[in-house]
Amino acid sequence: MNLETVNTTLWVIIIGMALVTYIPRLLPLVALDAEKIPPVLARMLRNIPYAALGALIFPGILGIHDQLWYGLVGGVVAVGVAYTGAHLIVVVLSSVAVLSALAVLL
Amino acid sequence: MKTKMEDQATGQPTLPGFFQGLQSGLSIAIGYMPIALAFGLLAKNTGISLAHTVGMSLLVFAGASQFMALGLLALGTGAVEIVFSTFIVNIRHMLMSMSINEKAIQESTLRRLIYAFGITDEVFAVASTRDGVVGSNYLYGLGLMAYSSWVINSGIGYAAGSALPEAFQQGMSIALYAMFIGLLLPSVKKYRKALFLSGTAALLNAGLVTFFPAGWAIIGATIGAVGLLELVQSSRKDRTKEDGDES
Repeated sequence: MNLETVNTTLWVIIIGMALVTYIPRLLPLVALDAEKIPPVLARMLRNIPYAALGALIFPGILGIHDQLWYGLVGGVVAVGVAYTGAHLIVVVLSSVAVLSALAVLL
Repeated sequence: MKTKMEDQATGQPTLPGFFQGLQSGLSIAIGYMPIALAFGLLAKNTGISLAHTVGMSLLVFAGASQFMALGLLALGTGAVEIVFSTFIVNIRHMLMSMSINEKAIQESTLRRLIYAFGITDEVFAVASTRDGVVGSNYLYGLGLMAYSSWVINSGIGYAAGSALPEAFQQGMSIALYAMFIGLLLPSVKKYRKALFLSGTAALLNAGLVTFFPAGWAIIGATIGAVGLLELVQSSRKDRTKEDGDES
């Protein structure tokens, strides 16, 4: 393939990726009428955030480094700081600070 | 809380909602920084142009699938496979949009068309753990903050990523997880339900991810945990013959 073809192919790929990413984000917002959703389903939808957060955190957090304990330490710091009721940004920055320091020591 | 909802439902102050969104988006912006920098750096190493790199962040705005696309491009995979795996990874957003749809005030289709673009894992997590309902202006601010950080830092990463100290790059890899934990913990402290749901979903995900692609594992774990809670609650209700909802 010459450079021109590669260039165009890449844009086609990017636009294809954009479409298949946007459509799932959009579809429920335009196709579902929140007023008409049965109460059981509505309650389940409101429970999704907690479940999704759990799945987004674990086990992904262990995979940020070859050493499992590295992510674990970061998680423990985040839980500890968040438990005190600190602001979200403080939670994020303290974990980053502790893990950056650990990375220097390693 | 009731007055808060009324304020937002009558929708009188439109600007404050937008600025509240920008403010809530700050932790996402910080969390995206290292990931977007890494994406830019990796894109450069893959050999694609700056325009393609920033273009992908501008048009796709989905971290995991953009990294995957780079990996597949490096392997010389075809366009169809790249687009299809992007779809597989991002279909989980459908579940998140359904949940946001339940949480958001009903507004015009045009507004939904716009904020739908910004529904990432992190935007969903911040918006859905917020008290009360959310409006489109709030979602605009939140999405814009996250989006700007993602796009700008992708470009910076491409241009200068390798100049960042290694230890900092590594420490930053915890940022998004720390944010998820920070969002989840207040609810876990308050509601036993949140502890059950997040714990169950985490364990289910750990099991599922060994067999399925990560996007599907997250969907399965989320639906599984929500469904399990329904089962537990309904069987308990049957036994004690309680009526009335306990939420």
